[in-house]
Amino acid sequence: MMVLQADSTVFDAIARYTCLALREAEICLPGDVLSRIEAAAASETNPVARGELGNILANVARARELSVPICQDTGVPVIYLTIPPSLPFTRQVYDAVRAGVREATSTIPLRPNVVTPLDRNNSGDNTGEGMPAIHARPGDRLTITVLPKGAGAENVSRVKMLLPSERGRIAEFVVETMCIAEGRPCPPVVLGVGIGGTFDGAAALAKEALLLPVDCMDPFEQEICDAVNALGIGPMGLGGGTTALAVKVKTADCHTASLPVAVNVQCWACRRATVEVPL
Amino acid sequence: MTCVDLSTPLGDEVLWLRAGDRVTLSGMVYTARDEAHLRMQEQGIPFEPYGAAVYHCGPIIEGDRVVAAGPTTSARMNSLSDFLIRRGVRALIGKGGMSRHVAEQLRGKGVYLAFTGGCAALAASRMQLRGVYFEDLGMAEAVWEISLDHLPLVVGIDARGGDIFDDVRRDARRRFVEMFRRKQ
Repeated sequence: MMVLQADSTVFDAIARYTCLALREAEICLPGDVLSRIEAAAASETNPVARGELGNILANVARARELSVPICQDTGVPVIYLTIPPSLPFTRQVYDAVRAGVREATSTIPLRPNVVTPLDRNNSGDNTGEGMPAIHARPGDRLTITVLPKGAGAENVSRVKMLLPSERGRIAEFVVETMCIAEGRPCPPVVLGVGIGGTFDGAAALAKEALLLPVDCMDPFEQEICDAVNALGIGPMGLGGGTTALAVKVKTADCHTASLPVAVNVQCWACRRATVEVPL
Repeated sequence: MTCVDLSTPLGDEVLWLRAGDRVTLSGMVYTARDEAHLRMQEQGIPFEPYGAAVYHCGPIIEGDRVVAAGPTTSARMNSLSDFLIRRGVRALIGKGGMSRHVAEQLRGKGVYLAFTGGCAALAASRMQLRGVYFEDLGMAEAVWEISLDHLPLVVGIDARGGDIFDDVRRDARRRFVEMFRRKQ
């Protein structure tokens, strides 16, 4: 197996492709998400809800046409890497991703959203301690997936440690999360649900579930999605049949005495993009 | 379904609107978030408030161009809006609705209009920048004077206390209890 020389070319490429992925995610809504919004607009009978979905579709088209971000809350950068055997996984990989985020912030441009948690000092470039949030795992190729995460929907996300005997109440917890959130997360939302693992692992699974395509759901996901839509919250909390575009579930094995469940709420602007870095 | 084209300065026509009506707004709006409200309470309102519309928004401005101007969460201005309504402001614009307290302040005087969250590019495409006040507060918090061309809005709270957000909230809670009561 050939191991790449850890020269600056590789890291420059990682920075450049991180920036490209962010540009794609911020400006172009993924096709599967757009299709779900279009389908909702076609089937929605509430005139206010139809109007809101029409505005969203018009906005998505304008953003693409003008090459500007879909929403002014351009989020915080959440980044997933797959690292091939040929690339030494060092601190320099992290530094390259951070350089890409800084480049994206100044060139797209993105709103600088990252602050220190207590003093609220803004770094101005969307990087800081633990930011971007980088998750890496081994893979065959070097890929960079970005998930810019806005605050409105993140702020209404929840984790709960259910009892193993409460397996039947997972759907209730997810629906309750939207009942409490109302219009605040800018519905129609995508709900990422993490079941199992550990306290923190369930939350990570819930976020990863937001990377799954929204154009198909299994019967469990569909049942929860239908229940959320039966709440009638509708686009922006103004009422209607479209509160969730999709519910996506990811699971991991857990302790026999635990049942962690997390719901990561995502606004209609379910922004994500994946690029492969040629090596 | 009513769809009314409104333009500023707004008058008694807003009193006839009902929560859930779709409208468009043309004319002048003034952006204001938390800091601008506090400054206006201290130093006075820098524009003619009578018949005016105030937009809860922290836009991205580049030179003399509005780049992105989606709505911010209006609830943060719940305790900061009474003085504007008393001075004759007829419409507050934002996302997510406002408190019952604000709904009472608007009674017989004005309305709350909802604009679709996240639609920053659509809003900017209907806007022209005319001026700015309190620029020292920074881009997001300054008061930007913006000319609107038919911005599509929904009446969230009307001048009779009707509140579409409150209706939806109560219905959702009732439906949630109905759905899961058997399991409790």
